[in-house]
Amino acid sequence: MTEKSKFQTVVREIMATSVTRVVLSILLGFFFGGIFMVLFNENVVATYSTLFTTPGDTFVAAFNTIVDGYGALLRGAIFNPEGRDLVAMFRPITETLRMAAPLVMAGLGLALGFRVGLFNIGGTGQIVMGLAGATWVATRMELPPVIHMIVAVIAAVVCAAAWGAFAGFLKARTGAHEVIVTIMMNYIALDFFTWMLRTKGLLLAATGGGTPKSDPPAATSMLPTLFGDMYKIHIGIFIAIAATFAYWLLMERSAIGYRFRMVGHNANAARAAGIKVESTFVWAMAVSAAFIGLAAANQALSNPGGITTSLNADIGFDAITVALLGGNSAKRIAAAGLLFGAFKAGSPAMQVVGVSPEILGVVQALIVLFIAAPPLIKAMLRLPEPAAEQKVVA
Amino acid sequence: MAIEVTPGMFSSQQVKPSMKAGLVMAAFTLLTLITFGFGGNPAIVTFQLTEKGHALSVADFAVSSSGFALLVGGLMGVITLVATALTILKRVVPMWLSLIFGLLWVSALLGWLAAGNVVPVSFILSNAVVLAVPIILGALGGVISERVGVVNIAIEGQLLTGAFVASVIGSVTDNLWLGVLAAAIASAILSMALASLAIKYLVDQIIIGVLINLLVIGVTNFLYSQWLANDGQNVNYPGTFDVLAIPYLSEIPIIGPALFANRVTVYLCFILVPLVWFMLFRTKLGLRARAVGEHPLAADTVGINVARTRFWWVTAGGAIAGIGGAALSIGNVGAFGREMSGGLGFIALAVVILGRWQPFYVSAAALLFGFAIIMRVWANQVSPGIPTDFITMVPYVVTLIAVTGFAGKVRPPAASGEPYTKG
Amino acid sequence: MKLELRGITKRFGSLVANDSINLTVQPGEIVSLLGENGAGKSTLMNVLYGLYQADAGEILVDDKATHFKGPGDAMAAGIGMVHQHFMLIPVFTVAENVALGHEPTKFAGQIDLSEARTRVKEISDKFGFNVDPDALVRDLPVGVQQRVEIIKALSRNAKTLVLDEPTAVLTPQETDELMSIMKQLASSGTSIIFITHKLREVKEVADRIVVIRLGKVVGEAKPTATASELASMMVGREVDLTVERSKKAPGEVVLSVSNISVRDDRGQLAVDALSLDVRAGEVLAIAGVQGNGQTELAEAIVGLRKLEKGSGEIKFKGANIEHKSVRHRLDDFLSYVPEDRKKDGLISEFTLEENLMLNQSYDDDRGAEFVNRGLINAKVLEAETEKAIKAFDVRTQGSKSLAGQLSGGNQQKLVLAREMSRPHDVLLVSQPTRGVDVGSIEFIHDQIMQERDDQQTAVILISTELDEVLALADRIAVMYRGRIVGIVSADATRETLGKMMAGIAA
Repeated sequence: MTEKSKFQTVVREIMATSVTRVVLSILLGFFFGGIFMVLFNENVVATYSTLFTTPGDTFVAAFNTIVDGYGALLRGAIFNPEGRDLVAMFRPITETLRMAAPLVMAGLGLALGFRVGLFNIGGTGQIVMGLAGATWVATRMELPPVIHMIVAVIAAVVCAAAWGAFAGFLKARTGAHEVIVTIMMNYIALDFFTWMLRTKGLLLAATGGGTPKSDPPAATSMLPTLFGDMYKIHIGIFIAIAATFAYWLLMERSAIGYRFRMVGHNANAARAAGIKVESTFVWAMAVSAAFIGLAAANQALSNPGGITTSLNADIGFDAITVALLGGNSAKRIAAAGLLFGAFKAGSPAMQVVGVSPEILGVVQALIVLFIAAPPLIKAMLRLPEPAAEQKVVA
Repeated sequence: MAIEVTPGMFSSQQVKPSMKAGLVMAAFTLLTLITFGFGGNPAIVTFQLTEKGHALSVADFAVSSSGFALLVGGLMGVITLVATALTILKRVVPMWLSLIFGLLWVSALLGWLAAGNVVPVSFILSNAVVLAVPIILGALGGVISERVGVVNIAIEGQLLTGAFVASVIGSVTDNLWLGVLAAAIASAILSMALASLAIKYLVDQIIIGVLINLLVIGVTNFLYSQWLANDGQNVNYPGTFDVLAIPYLSEIPIIGPALFANRVTVYLCFILVPLVWFMLFRTKLGLRARAVGEHPLAADTVGINVARTRFWWVTAGGAIAGIGGAALSIGNVGAFGREMSGGLGFIALAVVILGRWQPFYVSAAALLFGFAIIMRVWANQVSPGIPTDFITMVPYVVTLIAVTGFAGKVRPPAASGEPYTKG
Repeated sequence: MKLELRGITKRFGSLVANDSINLTVQPGEIVSLLGENGAGKSTLMNVLYGLYQADAGEILVDDKATHFKGPGDAMAAGIGMVHQHFMLIPVFTVAENVALGHEPTKFAGQIDLSEARTRVKEISDKFGFNVDPDALVRDLPVGVQQRVEIIKALSRNAKTLVLDEPTAVLTPQETDELMSIMKQLASSGTSIIFITHKLREVKEVADRIVVIRLGKVVGEAKPTATASELASMMVGREVDLTVERSKKAPGEVVLSVSNISVRDDRGQLAVDALSLDVRAGEVLAIAGVQGNGQTELAEAIVGLRKLEKGSGEIKFKGANIEHKSVRHRLDDFLSYVPEDRKKDGLISEFTLEENLMLNQSYDDDRGAEFVNRGLINAKVLEAETEKAIKAFDVRTQGSKSLAGQLSGGNQQKLVLAREMSRPHDVLLVSQPTRGVDVGSIEFIHDQIMQERDDQQTAVILISTELDEVLALADRIAVMYRGRIVGIVSADATRETLGKMMAGIAA
């Protein structure tokens, strides 16, 4: 009956990461991303032949590439001084907020799982189930405005939570590891969702033919935009803020969150203290997935084009990076969501200047790798061991 | 220094011998008898056992779909009874019996899906083998890694690395063998990163694995779009190895073409599976490796260097997974594609457990997934009675059933996922 | 082989585990290393075995200075070790375990298993161990596993054998068998270092006794020394383990266990049709060699372990508690101090405050109002924790520091503080002083007696330490193989209890 949670310790350490190290990780991530960018940029590659005769050319080209690339990212994600008018100039930041909202919601969900000692890799499956629920309500039911939207959100949350709870149940009942269970359930959910999207009477668009795609959500169910047609940003960002607060209240102040953390740190002690560890796993997975369900609702109810299979599933994986970068702190999770939301918002602008925005995937992975593997940074910069990170020798 | 044996990551509870295996088998038997048999379609289904133009041709096997299901269902019933009897006698149900059971069910499924149609057995088999090879090799890497106590979630990244490097090096040097070699080396280096972070720096193995996957996906996506897509003719046009038919053996009906008319990457796989088994279970090095994975402190006290043992085995496992990646690009498709491993690494992870950390069983489990992939392709053409999405789902559901212990006890290496520190 | 340790010093951070220790072992000699838990015996032996590197000092084998970089070097020099926690791989056979690390091989690096079997057989036959080389280690009883460990050492031609607390897990008979094996080995020229804290065993088998305390050698003794002499050397002062105890009549039966059976994790019957009653204001001790079902009994009372179907029942004040969950048992009447506090008793990563509310996190729990409308009441929690820290003399930097940073004794006091400060009628304490310093032991014993006298609590004390049992108990129930051999009063002699612990009814 021993359930060790080394994992929890690790997450705690990640959480205990000092601000300096977070900043360093981000800088290093961009630095190495820049190196990649330079190495494979056509303009720079063109100067390689003259690297030894006129090395200056290479450096100039390299410098320009980085400035162009990351400059485009800033223009695309925060403020665009080249915009036609003020509305266009400020569009990037609204896009960042819009993109960040689902990442924050899903990131909170995964982080909650981490703190209960559950490595929920099932974000993909839970998103997909949430999408199915929300889309069904949004396209197949007729309800008055607002109510329709609320019902659709609830449907997404319930479907995702149920799917997550089932994974928790399998772990609790059989002791199977949640990583493998949730990975398998991701594939099952994707297949199931694809089937729904391809089937008339379920989710397949009325006009749809061969491609699995749903109708657009009914206008009554859409999340209202904040600035009318001016910007795409909608109330999702407020839902994300509310979710952040709810997460903080739940995990830091409530008795339920206390019991979640208890189980995460030491399931044996929790059991001896009268906690039903197995049902805690189920509940924690359900709550974790409920946050992910919010992200699904955000996606399903804000996309006027209708839902396809491939469109939103990767939020599940992005959320892992958000949760790891954010650690245990609600505020930091929100900040991590904003950062990676900015990556998403800035991608198209990078494409325009000839730098593949895929580089942001590399930067994102590197940042989190540096956060999760402190020795990497230490080895690179010879940082002293911060006192807060010294492990208690058990 | 109270380090005691703790259960590994994939099953924290000891599952008592129970009737679950029998129950699952009974459920599948009933499904076969009722849905495929009594409720099935009596139309004739033709099992095409040899491809056209073979010297040794075997007549096609034509049978009523529902009748065939009843026959097979009956056999499955017998196996169910045997398994139940064994459980009652407190004996372990042998893996091969479960394998035969699975095989029977798959054939019943085929017969049911293709009622009134033709089942190209040989075609399905040989494709299943080719598709299974990257999974097998990836899973072998996983087996090796977990046997020494390091959980390897990064198989996906290793496959992707292998596929990418094999394609690029194969194209640039115009030598596919160099491509395979480079794939193995690149993936081995990646594994060294995993190994040293996990072993020396004690970073959580699951987290590090997930992040390595993300990093590799990010890097290959970037390089693909920035480089390969623009310069494909020069750097991503390796082609594939030639198909090498082994004389006589490849003429064997049914299994001949599937097993003995393949590209060299498939043969490499056929060599590596028994080799890994031999190394792990028959040699001194293997005994030490398994000792390290079961009880690292005990291994340490008899003078085995735990960290070094883990490091090199994980690296070797990475090299094998890298070859699996090469099998994907230059062993099958002929070029690197964006995220071409497409989750095969995660499937390999499941296969490791499904195959109970044994190379041969792992290969059998990987074949199941190979089957599932090719069956989806084929089933789309015969337009069966159920949506193909549900067919694709089968192996995942089977894995879920297996890891949740409903199909008998699964015991991972005891120290799998546990970092080892002295003192 | 002559072995000499000179000035061995080993530090862990600021803790000096070994402080310039000298020890010499002559060929064929049995030297007993006697000391309390945490005195530094195991550390010293791990240095000798190359698992730790000494910060100062040297090791001489046959008067030649040597350096052991790892266990491999130590083994090569002829040192074998039988660890307290066996270093055997459960899923390997005996032959594989013995061969591991120096495997006989044949063609292509294959293990020569028949050669490995022969090695085991030879040694096993020579000493009459009766061990099957092809048995899986996990299927063997503990006593036999220990022999496998000895075979492992001897197969590497160990000239000096270190036995680290070898009798902790053995029954008295198995202990006697081990003693005779040790004598036999010594007479064939093997030196033995025998680490223990049990006086009787030392006196029986040792040629010479070296006592260490707080990392230092404090003296040597002959086996003819009396037990109390040895004890006072070990503890460093006249030990007075007697506790002030008032004579008084116990009250009503509070908890009654009748005829219950419980299985352990491996599915074996660990508690077998056992019955006992505890009354208010009495201490009922459950004595016995470790592993005779005490753990499972405690877990059954708490509700962590299900009773075997159809077996008896547990009643609190006459009412069957079968349907009550762990949480409700704890809240209604039971305070529980588990035997492994790190694993079950507290959460190292939590603060002292958070640990104090471990089993009181529900709104409707009795006791302090830690939780109000689902939210944690930080003020109450802090105040109560400060109170508990004072009352139980927990040495800490504050209520917000982490429990994992406390010493063993202070951790135990924290657990006791939590359990004793909430309302309860029954106190179930398992191994309350295991790994606890002497100062804390006295404090803990006093607290338990206060429970008995002032609170009229029904106390169940599960302990393997006879001294503790004799000092605290009103009645002593001895457990052997899942059954109560007998219940005797506190004035029973050690001899009687010893026999009972071996399963012989008094």
